[in-house]
Amino acid sequence: MTLAVIAASLAVFSWKFLGYLVPEKYVSNPRFREIADAITVGLLSALIAIQGFTSDSQVTVDSRLPALILAAGLLYLRMPFIVVIASAAALSALIRMFF
Amino acid sequence: MNRIPVVAVSIGMATGIYAVSFGALGVTAGLSILETMLLSLLMFSGASQFAFVGVVATGGMAAIATAIASAWLLGVRNGFYALRMAPVLGMPGITKLLSAQLTIDESTAVATSQGNESAERRGFWWTGVSVFVFWNLMTLAGALLGDQIGDPANYGLDSAAAAAFLGLVWPRLSSSKFKLIGLAAFIVALATTSIVPAGIPVLLGALVAALIQYWGKK
Repeated sequence: MTLAVIAASLAVFSWKFLGYLVPEKYVSNPRFREIADAITVGLLSALIAIQGFTSDSQVTVDSRLPALILAAGLLYLRMPFIVVIASAAALSALIRMFF
Repeated sequence: MNRIPVVAVSIGMATGIYAVSFGALGVTAGLSILETMLLSLLMFSGASQFAFVGVVATGGMAAIATAIASAWLLGVRNGFYALRMAPVLGMPGITKLLSAQLTIDESTAVATSQGNESAERRGFWWTGVSVFVFWNLMTLAGALLGDQIGDPANYGLDSAAAAAFLGLVWPRLSSSKFKLIGLAAFIVALATTSIVPAGIPVLLGALVAALIQYWGKK
C-alpha cells in the first residue's frame, strides 16, 4: 500500500511538473482545458455513485442515501466542508445503530 | 500593501479544515498514519487524495490501479495551472520541482488575481507554502483523531466519503452542461458496476464526461 501511495503521488505530481516543461503554445487550445474540467466533474460524479450507491459492485440503496441528501442540503446552505461530511457520517451511523 | 500574506494564511487555515477530514478518512479507510501523511506531503492535491482514499476504502488492494488512475486524472488541472504559472515564476532547472509541488488550486487562484508579475509571484509562493504547512499539520491532526476514534468512525465512513465527493463536485456544477455531464457519469457508473471489474465504472464516468464535452462542442 505504501508503494501504491508513492506511485499515485508521483502520477499526480507528473501533471504539475509537465506544465513547467511544456512550451505553452502546444497546449493553449482552450478545448483541452474544457475537457479536463469535464473529466473532473465526471470522475467525482461517478465516485459519488460508486461510494454512495453500491456494495460489492451491486447497486444498493441504504442509509447513505439520506446521508447524501443531508449533505446536499448543507452544501446548498453553504456550510463548511467538515460540517457537511461529519453530519453525513453521523446520520448514517445513527440510522445503522437503530435499524 | 501587505495584503498577500494575510490572504495566504487565511486560505491556509481554511484548507486545513478539509485536511482534518482527509486525515480522519485516510486512517479509517485502512491506510496507516504514515501513508495518509505521505499523500498530503507528496500528492498534495485535495481531490486526488480524497479519490485515492475513497476508492481504497471500498475496493481495497484489488482496486489499487483504479485508485491510482482516479487520483492521476483528477490531478490534470494542476498541469494547466503549471502552464499558467511557468512564465511568471521563471524557475530555472531543478528548482522547477519546488514550484511544481506547490502548484494547486489555491496558489494559482491567489497569484492570478494579482495585478502584476511581481505580485503574482509573491501570491503564489505565500499561498503555496501556507497551504502546504496547514494542509500537512491538519492532516496529521485528522489522522491521529481518526486513529483514536477507531471503529466507531467506520460506521459512517462510506457516507462521509460520498459526501466529500459531493462537496468537491458541488462548486463545479455551475453550468447546465456540467450538471448534465455529472448526471451522465453518475448513471454510467451505476449501470456498469455489476458488469465490469471494480474501479472501471469510475473511469467510464470520466470517459463519458470527456466524450460529451468533446462532441457537445461541435
